[in-house]
Amino acid sequence: MEFIIISLVKAALVAAVLLTLAAYLVWIERKVLAHIQLRVGPYRVGPNGLLQPLADLVKLVTKEGVMPAQVNRFYYLLAPFLAVALALVSISVIPFGTEIEVFGIKTYMGLADVNIGLLVILAISAVSVYAIALGGWASNNKYALLGGLRSAAQMISYELPMSLAIASPLLLANTLSLREVAEAQAGFYFGFLPRWHIFQMPMPQLIAFAVFLVAGFAETNRVPFDLPEAENELVAGFHTEYSSTCFAAFFTAEYVNMVTISALATHLFLGGWNPIVPEPVAGLVPVFLFLAAAAALFFHGLNSVSTRPWDKYSFPVVGVVALGLAGIFALAFLPLPGPLASIAAALHPLFWFCAKVGVILFLFIWVRGTLPRFRFDQLMKFAWTFLFPVAIVQLLATALMVALVK
Amino acid sequence: MADIDTLTENAGETAAAEAGTTRKMTLNMGPQHPSTHGVLRIVLELDGETITRAKPEIGFLHTGIEKQAETRTWQQVVPLTDRTDYLANLSNNLGYVLAVEKLLQMEVPPRAQFMRVMLTEITRINSHLVWLGTSALDVGAMSVFFYCFREREEILRLFEFFSGQRLMTSYFRIGGLALDAPRGWRKWIEKFLDVMPSRIDMLEGLLTENIIFKQRTQGVGYISLDDMLDLSVTGPMLRAAGLKVDARKDYPYSSYDKFQFEVPTRTENDVYARYLVRMAEMRESLKIIRQALDGMPEGPYTADAQNVVLPDREKMKTQMEALIYHFKIVSEGFRVPPGEAYQVVESPRGELAYYVVSDGTSKPYRVFMRTPSFGNLQALETMFVGFPIADSIASLGSMDFVLGDTDR
Repeated sequence: MEFIIISLVKAALVAAVLLTLAAYLVWIERKVLAHIQLRVGPYRVGPNGLLQPLADLVKLVTKEGVMPAQVNRFYYLLAPFLAVALALVSISVIPFGTEIEVFGIKTYMGLADVNIGLLVILAISAVSVYAIALGGWASNNKYALLGGLRSAAQMISYELPMSLAIASPLLLANTLSLREVAEAQAGFYFGFLPRWHIFQMPMPQLIAFAVFLVAGFAETNRVPFDLPEAENELVAGFHTEYSSTCFAAFFTAEYVNMVTISALATHLFLGGWNPIVPEPVAGLVPVFLFLAAAAALFFHGLNSVSTRPWDKYSFPVVGVVALGLAGIFALAFLPLPGPLASIAAALHPLFWFCAKVGVILFLFIWVRGTLPRFRFDQLMKFAWTFLFPVAIVQLLATALMVALVK
Repeated sequence: MADIDTLTENAGETAAAEAGTTRKMTLNMGPQHPSTHGVLRIVLELDGETITRAKPEIGFLHTGIEKQAETRTWQQVVPLTDRTDYLANLSNNLGYVLAVEKLLQMEVPPRAQFMRVMLTEITRINSHLVWLGTSALDVGAMSVFFYCFREREEILRLFEFFSGQRLMTSYFRIGGLALDAPRGWRKWIEKFLDVMPSRIDMLEGLLTENIIFKQRTQGVGYISLDDMLDLSVTGPMLRAAGLKVDARKDYPYSSYDKFQFEVPTRTENDVYARYLVRMAEMRESLKIIRQALDGMPEGPYTADAQNVVLPDREKMKTQMEALIYHFKIVSEGFRVPPGEAYQVVESPRGELAYYVVSDGTSKPYRVFMRTPSFGNLQALETMFVGFPIADSIASLGSMDFVLGDTDR
């Protein structure tokens, strides 16, 4: 009973945080992209457009959902449901931090500590091809059909190099549980180089990491692999005919998938929640980071430009939040009563995990602002003739290394 | 039209379906499609993702400009020419104005000629920037579009500075210019010339050596030189196939023979080569602008022909004769001696020609435009067939057509 309640609470918490995060990821993406492209991005709804995700949501949900004539109703509605459900399910096996103990309840930061977590994720990502392929096929639209077909081919092709890239950190950590993979990367070489898999001695897993990222871009249908929805060729690809909530579902799924891939990359290669510098410096990093952010925000709030009247209020408010966060992270250095101390201690791993995920998410957006799109046949060729062999050789080399060293 | 209808019905599709074999798909691209650059409709027949037939349908933007020109006075046609190729309006102005001046046998003062050269070259850069931005967007490079439009914005401001209008400038008049260059124009052009080379470097830095961009454009959109000549393709497309044709060199007009510049050519004859040719042309244009700026002659900006060119305001208010001429030109227009003239100019898109016929009245009898966009668009089917859809988008972009120019 207790387990069920805890699980429900955690699921609600994770879903709420994740969906908000996905919505704000759209905002961040639009802002970052805008600044890359010499624009300002959303800034009308709320201070600096901060309420834009909310406005988007209201708009999408209140719009009339148009269903074209002669679609296969069942599959047409199933596809977006499948997309968003599978995207949310795969996050359930990803841990966000170490175990914590709150008010006597020992729990693990994450929804389910499955010992075959990685297999679950791979299985789910294999199934989620159906969402897109079905959506494209069921909409009775030629652009959607082409988009759906492209996507099915693309996702199946990139599944292979991705799985192979995942295999090498598993060999090193000798486990399929994401929590244990992260734990295996604790500690430092020579007292300063973190024992993350991308710095693994004697064979850093840089190639595997690169292959994983490339395949991850393809799996999430992001630029330069966004062929299923290549706007300039296929209008909007597989979701051309979707509107209203169904479109919102596909949209959310894409961003949740981005978070999942980033979290996976963090766990497998970037040491999960392990800090980049040894203690006690590691504990001070978030404190000073948030202090610096708060200082910058206050400074810009006080010296705001007249063309951006909102900054005067929004910057200090966010600055206060940053100050508060700095304070919370500083709590870990104070002698505190039991539950508070354990929460404060648990926040640090969470910070490192989120920071790494954020860096990879930023990379996703950055690449979108920079690169052109592949052509479909080039994309397939790239997967099968380059990425796949590279991943195999890398896996064999890692296996050999593991066999020799251990 | 009939051709398109049969293609849309697609008898082959149903027949193949009945026979149980693989069947081809008919895809209707446009007129509202993100990549057809305006209202172009293409009916594609696809085998998988490979195009087996392509039929363009034009005319969605037909506004009857050539016919309208017959109801306007000679001078009133100039604003109409702006509205054909709206990305290179000054080139259009120039073509028409030169043709009418040929009929009038009028000599335009050197200052006006140099000014015309300078501004049409800026127009060329403007047009190429829009082309670069949109065609890069077609292959998925999103940011380039915005960088190009930043530069273009500066050019539009320059146009506004000169003529008071950003797009529909109508700055060239029969007999010279609408106005003399505004005070401080040298500084503006200097600034433009200072900034632009580094901006072109930046744009080239984003694309020229970009592996994905190269993969998307090299070897794509090939069409043999013979086919191009048969289909009346001109401009950068032809130059990217190695043929050195440029009306500025071949039939110099508006004192282009006094300028030193190269006509960049490539031999690869693909989308990438067309990209390189256009980038090189932008640099050549900058050279021409620099020469025009340095060698800009002093003197009047309109020809000394009081029955054609409007007198200036001061004269009009003080001299009876000037007032009469002003009234006659504005109310009735000036008469052009009967005859016909054909004038070729090199527009950013290729060979632009105006064929004007006069019957001696104050309105043109016929104004025919040989527009480069129409010619270039003829290559569409030959270029599309046998390539995947993704390539077709890149090739479509490389043609650089403007639907307003195609349909008139």
